[in-house]
Amino acid sequence: MSDEKKPKRRDFLFTASYAIGAVGIGAAAWPLVDQMNPDRSVKALASTEVDVSSLEPGKSITVLWRGKPVFIKRRTQEEIAEARSVKLDDLKDPEKDEDRAKNPEWLVMLGVCTHLGCVPLGDKGEYNGWFCPCHGSHYDTSGRIRKGPAPTNLEIPKYEFVNNNTIKIG
Amino acid sequence: MKNYIKTISLIIFLIIFFGQKSFSEETKKLLSIDWSFKGYFGKFDRASLQRGYQVYTEVCASCHSMKYLSYRNLAEKGGPEFSKEEAKAIAASFEVTDGPNDDGEMFVRPAKLSDKFVNPYKNDKEGMSSNGGAYPPDMSVLVKARSGGADYIYSVLLGYTDPPSGVTLDDGVYYNKYMYGNNIKMPKVLEDGLVEYNDGTEASEEQMAKDVVTFLSWAAEPHLEARHKIGFKAIIYLIVLSFLTYFSMKRLWLRIEPKV
Amino acid sequence: MSDHNYVPSSKLGKWFNDRLPLLSLSAHLREYPTPKNLNYWWTFGGILTFCLIAQIITGIVLAMHYVAHTDLAFSSVEHIMRDVNYGWLLRYFHANGASMFFLAVYIHIFRALYYGSYKSPREVIWIIGMIIYFLMMMTAFMGYVLPWGQMSFWAATVITNLFSAVPFIGESITNWLWGGFAVDNPTLTRFYALHYLLPFLIFGLVVLHIWALHVPGNNNPVGIELKKPSKDTVPFHPYIVIKDLFALLLFLIVFAFFVFYAPNILGHADNYIEANPMVTPNHIVPEWYLLPFYAILRSVPDKLFGVIAMFASIFVLVILPWLDTSKVKSAIFRPLFKQFYWILVLDVIILGYMGAMPAEGTYLLIARIATTYYFLHFLIILPVLSKKEKTLPVPLSITESILGGSSDPSMVKKKEFYN
Repeated sequence: MSDEKKPKRRDFLFTASYAIGAVGIGAAAWPLVDQMNPDRSVKALASTEVDVSSLEPGKSITVLWRGKPVFIKRRTQEEIAEARSVKLDDLKDPEKDEDRAKNPEWLVMLGVCTHLGCVPLGDKGEYNGWFCPCHGSHYDTSGRIRKGPAPTNLEIPKYEFVNNNTIKIG
Repeated sequence: MKNYIKTISLIIFLIIFFGQKSFSEETKKLLSIDWSFKGYFGKFDRASLQRGYQVYTEVCASCHSMKYLSYRNLAEKGGPEFSKEEAKAIAASFEVTDGPNDDGEMFVRPAKLSDKFVNPYKNDKEGMSSNGGAYPPDMSVLVKARSGGADYIYSVLLGYTDPPSGVTLDDGVYYNKYMYGNNIKMPKVLEDGLVEYNDGTEASEEQMAKDVVTFLSWAAEPHLEARHKIGFKAIIYLIVLSFLTYFSMKRLWLRIEPKV
Repeated sequence: MSDHNYVPSSKLGKWFNDRLPLLSLSAHLREYPTPKNLNYWWTFGGILTFCLIAQIITGIVLAMHYVAHTDLAFSSVEHIMRDVNYGWLLRYFHANGASMFFLAVYIHIFRALYYGSYKSPREVIWIIGMIIYFLMMMTAFMGYVLPWGQMSFWAATVITNLFSAVPFIGESITNWLWGGFAVDNPTLTRFYALHYLLPFLIFGLVVLHIWALHVPGNNNPVGIELKKPSKDTVPFHPYIVIKDLFALLLFLIVFAFFVFYAPNILGHADNYIEANPMVTPNHIVPEWYLLPFYAILRSVPDKLFGVIAMFASIFVLVILPWLDTSKVKSAIFRPLFKQFYWILVLDVIILGYMGAMPAEGTYLLIARIATTYYFLHFLIILPVLSKKEKTLPVPLSITESILGGSSDPSMVKKKEFYN
C-alpha cells in the first residue's frame, strides 16, 4: 500500500465531510436570516388601491402605502404648465415632468422629504408645490426639489391606473 | 452492548408509548379515511380543498369563523391554489367593515385579498347567544385542537344518531357517537346533496365531510407540504452527513488506535 | 489546570493572548485529556450545549415576532406559523427543541447516576448540574405559558396556585407571582421576560459546569480516576469533537423526525384552544418531561406536603453524593446497585405515565407506591448499599480493563469498557 494513496483517500473523506457539513450549516442559517424579511402579511399590503373618483382638480389626498404617506394630486392646467416650463438646468435633480407624471393630470409621489424624511406640507412654499417645515426644502408642482437641503425630488412609486377611477400603488 | 440496546429500546418504547394520544376518552374507535395529507409524503388534494372551501362557505361559515385565514391564503402555494383572480373574486363577494373615514364613520367595503375571513358574528358573545349558549368554535386550528384530529372531526360530522334508549336530551342538545361526552349543541348539518359542487362531484354526506375536513386540515397546517418536502431533504442530508462523519471518525481514531 | 505554556504562533496572537488569554483557553480545550474509553452516553453533554444554543437562537428570532399580551399572544403565534418566513419551522423547532433538550438531559443525568459521575471529586459539577436542570424546568414551564392556549393558562394556574400552600403568607406570595388575583396579562408579560432571561443564566452555569469538570477531568465507564494526560487519554480535539459531532447528527435525525413529521405529537391538543379562564380542560397535564414531578405532587393528599414532596424529589438528587458514598463509582462493578438502578429507571417511567393519568383510583395508588419507592431508593437503599454492597474488583487502568490484564478473569470479556 503506497503512502500516497492513503492520504488522498483520507483527505477526500474529510474534505467531503467539511463541504457537505458547510452546506448544511448554510441551509440551517437561511431561515434564521429570512425570517426577518417582510412576512406574507406585510407583502400582502405591498400594494394599495385608491379610489380617486371624487378628487377634483387642484385637490390632493394622502394615503398610507407601505407605512408611508403618498400624495395623490389632481393637478390643474396651470400647475401642469408651470411644471412643464421649468428648465432642467434650474433643477438640482433634473427630471422632466413628463417622466414623473405620465398622465399629467395626476401626480403620485411619496410624501417623504428626501432630506431626512419629514412629511412636506402641500400648497406651500415658494414654488407652489410643497414645503418641508423641518429644514426648509421647497418642492415645485412636479414635486421636484427647488430650494433647500433635500438632495433629490420626491420619489415616484410604481403605480398604475387599473381603471379610470382607481390607482394601484405598488 | 446489551445495556445500550436495553436503553435505546426503552427510549424508543417511551416515545411511541407516550406518542399515542395521552389517553383515550370514552369514545368509540373513530371513523378513518386514507387522508391524502397523512404520512411522510402526504399532500393536499387541490380539488378536495376547493370543494372543502365551498362546503365551509355554504354550510359552516354562517356559524363558524376562521379568523386566522386571509383570502390571499386561498391563492397561495400548498393550499386550494385558486388563481389570484378567483381568490380576489371570492374575497370581493364578502363585505368587511373599514374605517374610520375622514368623517369619522366606519364604512363597509368589499373584502380584499389581504383581509381576514369575515366572522359570522360581531363578537364571541353574539356567537354564544345565537347558539344556545355554546360558542361555535373558530375553525382555523380546530383540527389540531382536537385529539384525533381530522379523523375526529370527520367522525363527529357523520356521527349523529338517535340517542340510545333511556337517554333524553335537553332542548338544543344532540346525540353524537364520537363527540366527547356524546352530547353536542351543534345539530347535524350535512345531508346528501346539500351543496352543489362547482366541479360536479356528487355531494354525498361522506364526500362533503371528507372535503371540508381536508380543507380544515389545510387551514390548520397550511405549510404541511413544504414541511414534508424540506423534512425529507433534511433527514436524507443528516443521514448522509452521519455516514461521512462516522467514517471520518473511524479514520481519525486509527491514528491512536491502530487496528489490532 | 495543566501547566502547558501555550505560545501563540503569530505575533498578533501573542499580543492579544497576553492581554486576554483566549488562545490559551482554546489550546487547553483542544488538548484537554479525555478518557479514551468514553462510550456514547458521554456525548450528551455536547448535545445539550447544542440544544441550549439552538433554543436561544430560535427563541430570539421568535421573540422578534411574538407579542406578550393576552389579547395578542395566541394570534401572534399563529402569525408566526402562517406568515413569517419559515415561521412554522422556527416555532416547531423551538417547541420540539424543548422536548429534545429534556430527553438529552435525562439521558445525561441517568448516565451520571449509572457511572457514579456525581461522586467525589465531582460533587460541585453535579450540584451545578442540578441547578441547571431546575432552571431548565422553570424556563420550559414559563415558555409553555407564552402561546396562551388552554394548557398554557391552566398549567400556569395550577402550578402558581401551589404557592398558596405556604402557611400564612401563601396567598400573598401567589398574588405577588400573578401580579393580580389570577393568572392574567401581568403574569404573561413577566413570564416572557423571565423566559428570555433564564437561558442566559443557564449558559453561565454551563460554563461553570464545564470549568468544574475540567479540574478533575471526565469520569469514564470504568469509574477509575486517570492520570491526565496518559496513554489512557486522548486530546479532546479532534477525537472527542468528532465523536460528539457524530452523536449530535444522530440526535438531529431524531429531532428532525419530530419537527418535520410529528411536530405536535409531544404536545397537547388543548393548547390549540385559546385560553379561557371560564372553562377548565378535562385533564390538565404538563408537558411530558414534567410528568414524574406532577405525579409526585398529586400523590400526597395534602396540598402543602405535596409541594414539599415535589421539591424534596429534586433535593434528594442534589444531596446524592452524600447519600451514595460507595467508593466504587461505576455500576459495572456494583451488581446490586445496577439492579436497583434499573428499578429506579422503571419507577421514574411509571411516575411519568401516572402523571398523565387522572389522579384517582388505581392510577393514584400506583403513583403513591412509585413515589414512596423513589424516596426509598435514595434515602434508604443507596446509603445501605454504600455500606453493605460487595463490589466487584475494579481494574487498575483502562488499558488493563480492555486487555484483561487484571488478575480477575471476569475482566477479560468486556467490550463495554472500551467504546
